[in-house]
Amino acid sequence: MTVSAFLTAQGVSVKLSGRIVLKDISLALSSGHLVALVGPNGAGKTTLLRALAGLVPAEGAIDVGGDALSSLHLSERARRFAYLPQGHIVHWPLPARDIVALGRYPHGATDPARLTPRDTEAVLRAMQATDVVEFSARRVTELSGGERSRVALARVLAVEAPVILADEPTASLDPRHQIDVMKNLRQAADKGALVMVVTHDLGLAARFADTVLVLSDGHLVSQGAPAQALSEQVIADVFRISAYRAEFQRAAVIVPWAEI
Amino acid sequence: MSIQNVMVTADVWERRRASVLAALVVLVVLLVLVSLGVGPVRLSPLTVIDALFGGGSDVQQVIVREIRLPRVILGFAIGAILGLSGAALQGLLRNPLASPSLFGAPQSAAFGAVLVIALGLADVRSYALPVAAIAMAFASVFVLLAIAGRNAGILILILAGLAISSLAGAATALVMNLSSNPFVVLEIAFWLLGSLEDRSFRHVMLALPFIVAGAIILFSQRNAFRALSLGEETAQSLGVDVGRLRLMVITGVALGVGGAVAVSGTIGFIGLVAPHLMRPLIGHDPARLLVPSALTGAALLLSADIAVRIIPSTSDIKVGVLTSIIGVPFFLYLIMRERRALAGGVA
Repeated sequence: MTVSAFLTAQGVSVKLSGRIVLKDISLALSSGHLVALVGPNGAGKTTLLRALAGLVPAEGAIDVGGDALSSLHLSERARRFAYLPQGHIVHWPLPARDIVALGRYPHGATDPARLTPRDTEAVLRAMQATDVVEFSARRVTELSGGERSRVALARVLAVEAPVILADEPTASLDPRHQIDVMKNLRQAADKGALVMVVTHDLGLAARFADTVLVLSDGHLVSQGAPAQALSEQVIADVFRISAYRAEFQRAAVIVPWAEI
Repeated sequence: MSIQNVMVTADVWERRRASVLAALVVLVVLLVLVSLGVGPVRLSPLTVIDALFGGGSDVQQVIVREIRLPRVILGFAIGAILGLSGAALQGLLRNPLASPSLFGAPQSAAFGAVLVIALGLADVRSYALPVAAIAMAFASVFVLLAIAGRNAGILILILAGLAISSLAGAATALVMNLSSNPFVVLEIAFWLLGSLEDRSFRHVMLALPFIVAGAIILFSQRNAFRALSLGEETAQSLGVDVGRLRLMVITGVALGVGGAVAVSGTIGFIGLVAPHLMRPLIGHDPARLLVPSALTGAALLLSADIAVRIIPSTSDIKVGVLTSIIGVPFFLYLIMRERRALAGGVA
């Protein structure tokens, strides 16, 4: 990879309640890239995301923006990593705007009713990017699944962090919303962020990602440009299926395929 | 929609919250005046104000300033800390059914205090009492959260709370059982019912420092509760030290509830009810609920303490009995409303 990697991992292993979930992961990822993390269920994708964000204890070295992750205070980590977990859980029926404003929490804006102009602008930019301004005052619990996922995404964009880690942001969304979410993340990458997306959708990974990482059973088994990382051999070995492969409008098209 | 509109919707809620707060302050002040006036000698609010600031007859001054004022201060402080503790626990656990009394904290605190009294370790008015109560309250909430583990559902929390309050109740009963002095037993039994009667400034001095410390700790964590709306993991990713937050909340609740129980006995359900009364008025933001819930708790306990003095009866009704009699049906109503979530649906 390039020398100017923003996020690097050296020999990262994670053990959760005695079980080795990640084994000796090394990677170097650059700003301005969209990285798709794929692999079968239970391969350790979510754990890798959590380890990179410092949310689970990991062995090995993780560096972000030239600093060791372990040396960074919790609040500084929060400004460098915007983390979008699966499921978009919100426990209280808060207005969408307040949820997005929580993205400014790492910047000291802990009360959405008292945002600085700078925070307000960031919140509004994020809400415009994901097109949720119109239901800014509505309670998130009243929104549809697609709308709620856009609000969750806006919260993550509002952090304006150099690294965005998104765990299955397109799960349970219809095709149109899946593409919208990926477009938003692609835009964030184009503006200079390092975006890492966990997905089960090889087609979306191939279409939107610069780099694909393939995780299998806690090991990083393949990485590179989509068409190379997701070679026929890798898809057969890791997913135990084959795939229809093509190129459409200069992007790789990969459609999982198996005889039925 | 423009940036202005986004801000305006926030302003509407802010103004609404401000007016609710103002109304609560007025209500609490009125209740304080009524409470100072109610008793064997009834005094009008104006006489009360007069006596409070050194006017009126000597008798009136003594009644208001020395007999009733400590009771009113305790009613306010204990009601407020119970309301605040309830709102804080609900914020920490992201669940509207959380409250100190359902988790066995007051019962455990009572056990600590009873143990000290029964063993004759200390006078009823010594600081050993609140310290023992706080220690047991801390232990109970700590054990409860440790058993329940991270991201526990409310069902587990309430079951664990039930077990802990049963254990504390049984331990208290055992202490009374083993006590050789029947007068001590009777005194403990009445004290357990929860009351603010005949409390002096000694009692205020005993409880208030702990209650204030607990309140400051809980209030200082307010913004973390808001981040916690998105779950523990996301809150952590936003820079909240969730482990530390838990410890702070346990400490704050233990200090407040322990201090309160040491002078008043167990007064339940105020912590459960107060935040619920506020949510329809000011929204669900767990940080913004803290102060209104505290004021509501104070208003509830002051009202209950006025009611026990007004309701005609042959012997005194204890205020803790009254809050439970009102609180338990309210709890049943909440269970009915939340039963879909409790039955394992999406919380």
